[in-house]
Amino acid sequence: MSEHTANHATSRTFLLVWIGLVALTMIEVWLAYIRLDLRLMLILLLGLSVCKAGMIMSFFMHLKYEKFSLTLLLVPALVVCICLMAIFFPDGIRALQMRN
Amino acid sequence: MGSKKLGMWLFIISDALTFTALLMAYSYSRISNPNWPTPFPIYPAVVFSTTMTIVLLGSSLTMVMGVAAAHRNDRSAAVKWILATMAGGAIFCALHIYEWMHLIHEEHVTLFSNPWGVPLFGATFFGITGLHMTHVSLGVLYLGVIAFAFGRGKFSAEDVEVSGLYWHFVDLVWMFVFPMIYLMSVKY
Repeated sequence: MSEHTANHATSRTFLLVWIGLVALTMIEVWLAYIRLDLRLMLILLLGLSVCKAGMIMSFFMHLKYEKFSLTLLLVPALVVCICLMAIFFPDGIRALQMRN
Repeated sequence: MGSKKLGMWLFIISDALTFTALLMAYSYSRISNPNWPTPFPIYPAVVFSTTMTIVLLGSSLTMVMGVAAAHRNDRSAAVKWILATMAGGAIFCALHIYEWMHLIHEEHVTLFSNPWGVPLFGATFFGITGLHMTHVSLGVLYLGVIAFAFGRGKFSAEDVEVSGLYWHFVDLVWMFVFPMIYLMSVKY
């Protein structure tokens, strides 16, 4: 399996992915620099960060070259748990309204 | 797939949820406090943290090269790449500690107070970046053990790959911490 994974991605692929990650980081910094509306910026930043996380997991962590069942084991569980935590946000807004 | 790799993946998922919980608590606090401090100017703070991000990303690239060399059974090259990764991690920690010292001594930010307003700011900032820095520091030690043993012909390429998974995860977490803590708190 280990030999199998190493055969798929070359150093060139990794370098390209790395350049992509640095470029996305620079776009994020640029977004902060041009002073967008905070809500719009949060959405854009999180979107870019999820893309970066996907690139790191797929290529650097070799998930793309493993059996697909590993992705199915890991990613949906993580996404569901993260979404469940969002249940606290309405309460955050309620706390804000009580403060005002 | 080996049990070590699966074990590391499961650990990573659970650790990702630890960081998610912290970032969610930070987001909750920020939503419910309208005057949350935004103390980081583009220069020097954001430029500084961007440099840290690039250093950490660079160390991920060297780690990938190290894992590839380990799979080719090129032990000396793998050790050199891992040492380069450790250097990246150490530079990241050094820069981060420098930033912390600046915030603590010159801006007078503590866990429970700061000159800008909502006292929780310090707890969330030091809590999240501190847990991340702990991961980076432990990662440097972990990679040191792996490099030492792999160079002596003891561990297998899979062990290097598993340590690489951990290192990339630490990098991945920073990809969320950096925008949420720094870029969302720019002082204009």
